[in-house]
Amino acid sequence: MLPLLRHARYVLSENPVTGLAFGLFALFLAAALFGPWLAPYDPLQSNATMALKPPSAAHWFGTDQLGRDIFSRVLVATRLDLTIAFASVILAFMLGALSGVAAGYFGGWTDQIVGRLADTIMAFPLFVLAMGIVAALGNEVINIVIATAIINFPLYARVARAEANVRREAGFVEAARLSGNGETRVLLGHILPNIMPIMMVQMSLTMGYAILNAAGLSFIGLGVRPPDAEWGIMVAEGANFIQSGEWWIALFPGAALMLAVFCFNLLGDGLRDIIDPRMRT
Amino acid sequence: MLNLLLSRLATAIPSIVGVVVVTFMLTRLLPGDPAAYFAGLAASPQAIAEIRTKLGLDKSLPEQFVAYVGDLVQGNLGNSLSTGQPVVTEIATRLPASAELTLFALIVAVAIAIPLGVLAAVKQGTWVDHLCRIVTTAGVSLPVFFTGLLLAYVFYYLLQWAPAPTGRLDIFLSPPPDITGFYLIDSMLSGNLETFWSALRQLALPAISMAIFSLAPLARMTRGSMLAVLGSDFIRTARASGLSPRTVVFTYAFRNAVLPVITTLGMVFSFLLGANVLVETVFAWPGIGLYAVNALITSDYAPVQGFVLTMAVLYVTLNLTIDFVYGLVDPRVRLES
Amino acid sequence: MTAIPALAVEDLSVEFRTRSGVVKVLEHVGFSVDKGETVALVGESGSGKSVTAFAVMGILDAAGKVTSGRAMFGGSDLLALSERDLAEQRGRELSMIFQNPRTALNPIRRVGRQIADVLVRHGGATRNDAPRAAIEMLKKVRIPDPERRAEAYPFELSGGMCQRIMIAIALACRPALLIADEPTTGLDVTTQAVIMDLIGELAGESGMATIFITHDLALAAEYCDRIVVMHAGHIVEAAPGRALFDHARHPYSAKLLAATPGETVSLDALASIPGGLPDLRRPDLPPCRYSGRCERRSEACDQPLPQRTVGEHHVVACWNPL
Repeated sequence: MLPLLRHARYVLSENPVTGLAFGLFALFLAAALFGPWLAPYDPLQSNATMALKPPSAAHWFGTDQLGRDIFSRVLVATRLDLTIAFASVILAFMLGALSGVAAGYFGGWTDQIVGRLADTIMAFPLFVLAMGIVAALGNEVINIVIATAIINFPLYARVARAEANVRREAGFVEAARLSGNGETRVLLGHILPNIMPIMMVQMSLTMGYAILNAAGLSFIGLGVRPPDAEWGIMVAEGANFIQSGEWWIALFPGAALMLAVFCFNLLGDGLRDIIDPRMRT
Repeated sequence: MLNLLLSRLATAIPSIVGVVVVTFMLTRLLPGDPAAYFAGLAASPQAIAEIRTKLGLDKSLPEQFVAYVGDLVQGNLGNSLSTGQPVVTEIATRLPASAELTLFALIVAVAIAIPLGVLAAVKQGTWVDHLCRIVTTAGVSLPVFFTGLLLAYVFYYLLQWAPAPTGRLDIFLSPPPDITGFYLIDSMLSGNLETFWSALRQLALPAISMAIFSLAPLARMTRGSMLAVLGSDFIRTARASGLSPRTVVFTYAFRNAVLPVITTLGMVFSFLLGANVLVETVFAWPGIGLYAVNALITSDYAPVQGFVLTMAVLYVTLNLTIDFVYGLVDPRVRLES
Repeated sequence: MTAIPALAVEDLSVEFRTRSGVVKVLEHVGFSVDKGETVALVGESGSGKSVTAFAVMGILDAAGKVTSGRAMFGGSDLLALSERDLAEQRGRELSMIFQNPRTALNPIRRVGRQIADVLVRHGGATRNDAPRAAIEMLKKVRIPDPERRAEAYPFELSGGMCQRIMIAIALACRPALLIADEPTTGLDVTTQAVIMDLIGELAGESGMATIFITHDLALAAEYCDRIVVMHAGHIVEAAPGRALFDHARHPYSAKLLAATPGETVSLDALASIPGGLPDLRRPDLPPCRYSGRCERRSEACDQPLPQRTVGEHHVVACWNPL
């Protein structure tokens, strides 16, 4: 652990941007946890007399067409956006890591099935497949999570498969097998923990993409429904006012979205440099 | 060459089969009773029963699948509820608009990403390299619909350089004669410069939004692969032979470095085809993406499924083409097959 | 007969900047090669043989930096030339061939084109004549069926064939100096001999000077007029091949010879020399970088290294030579 920390310090000093990303991450986490208490206004409370007001001291990010405070809505939306992304990444990780590890470890027909499944998903433009899945499963938030998890599944499965395949013949696995562990125990108890660091990197690298994907789906009207506060749908609502010059309605949720994705992408790159410098390009 | 084509075609078959199975599943996954969905919200029980028989939903799943494949082979994707038109024709008439936008965006992305990646690799550690890093990280972080809106606000509302973000052509102009379906090409072929200029102006912002989003993987891969090649033995040989820096960088290094970049195009197309839907929504671009989004809003499922299938088939075809081109460019692959 | 040096390297020092500090890879390296002469640079891996060659050719990695020295070649100092002028010389006046010929050739360019590129670049042929001139070169390095082979890609040819192509590229413009960096590593023994004979023969025809970099003392003795022994970035001994074999004066050379029983076994058996190369990043490197491994070490060894002439053309950098 100590060398890893020292290495982490080295990477941070080499690349201060990663430090910035950690700071941003803390900020988003705080917004997600405490957003509802921090928000100055009720994010759902409309007020016709205050509609379409540009940013001011009272409403930092202005108000939307129903007079709702955009700052409060952006803040409160953090929880929903990050929850969707986290949930889908975790789901993708569980599906992908388990099937990938099994494929890499057992080979044979397990490998065939997992590989074909991943290939079939990859044969679609991913966002389009996600659209199709949400359309078919029904217009619910949970289905956005499922769709996003499915399109991320091949990535996890492939990384896990490759890593498990390399470790199949490793000494510690051989030792675990010889000391009487069953295959499943070897797999879950010895191989899976060993590929965790790489999977963690993968998770933070795909977080940004998951946020983008979920926001894109709600932008076209899938999943989240008004009046709920969510960045993608807020940008969609603001889109109607861009041509008449009311820029703040779309800008602030869009900027929050961009910043979140940016933060996770940087974080992913930073984590990769810390955990597995060889993967750096 | 024929061998190469055949071997690549063979690898595409499982993908097509997979795509057909998945789209079939998507039509059967509809929550509740698919027949009710296809019949529409106000349908009577008799109408629903009729639709069920018509769609073959009363048969077993394998039978339904065979019927589904049979329909596909005949080019039958069902009818749109809201227009009553066959989905196939509606998609076919809208496809050129999407194709023009996507290809133009790809050209813009390639034109920016590849020189940037090459420069970043050749001048590693300089400001060009940092610029490349910033552009690629920012590029993938920008939600494409947000970029589109920002561009529209700045260039249409503020600066008034760009036309209103609605459609492919100025509303006072009539479309060029339909030859390829690409307005840029058709207007040139018919010698109508005014139409060409208008089409180009309409195309610029949506294409740039998409290009910004998709150039990151291209630039990253170009930089990485160029760096790897520049450090390889044969570049040292080329330098030791006194070949000019131009020959070393372009004829020797770049031609080798471009091979992995061609492979990355598959991923880039995945990005582009997805982004296409969002950008068409922002710019009211009359392509298949906007068609699908409008159908989604009205719970009109046949167009959505037709759209997903069309996109998947397009994507498989594009990947096939990429693979084939790669085989043509790389003698190691070409001569092996 | 007074020999005219084709290349004279004097006081060459090279440093590499790495994450963990500056590595003094070469220090005060000096040697010369006469026209028509073949000189071997011999030493373990990491001794600085290849770096010496790269420095002379001006193709060091970006991290490497020449900190002192001259490399006089044809009346000018190669180390002082601009990259542009040096590129004019490379491939025309001085050429280099590398180990691993299969990776040293452009994998997606026909080998005939690769030879033609060099000819066209240095005015050896016009764009139209180049393909035929390239085939001539292929004939010269005795590639059977040269017309067909010119159209081949490196992956279609064997390692030995690729090395012949490398030689054809290097010699296409009749250079005055050839540097061959372990040209036979990775080739089987019979091919090794063929390649070495070919280089020797072509060099003899044109009076070309050759620097032959190897870790194989036996090979060096067989094909070279003189042998320069390197250790950890220093030249420790330089002598005519026979003289070195008969009576090596530096303790390291003697150990090298002892580790080369007969004339066929290579230096891979070097485990018999105690210790390894010193850490070249250390700021307090002793004047003699071999002293840490040396059995003949004495107090004198802490003074700056001497250059003692111990025979005709025989120099040794040691206070207590054998």
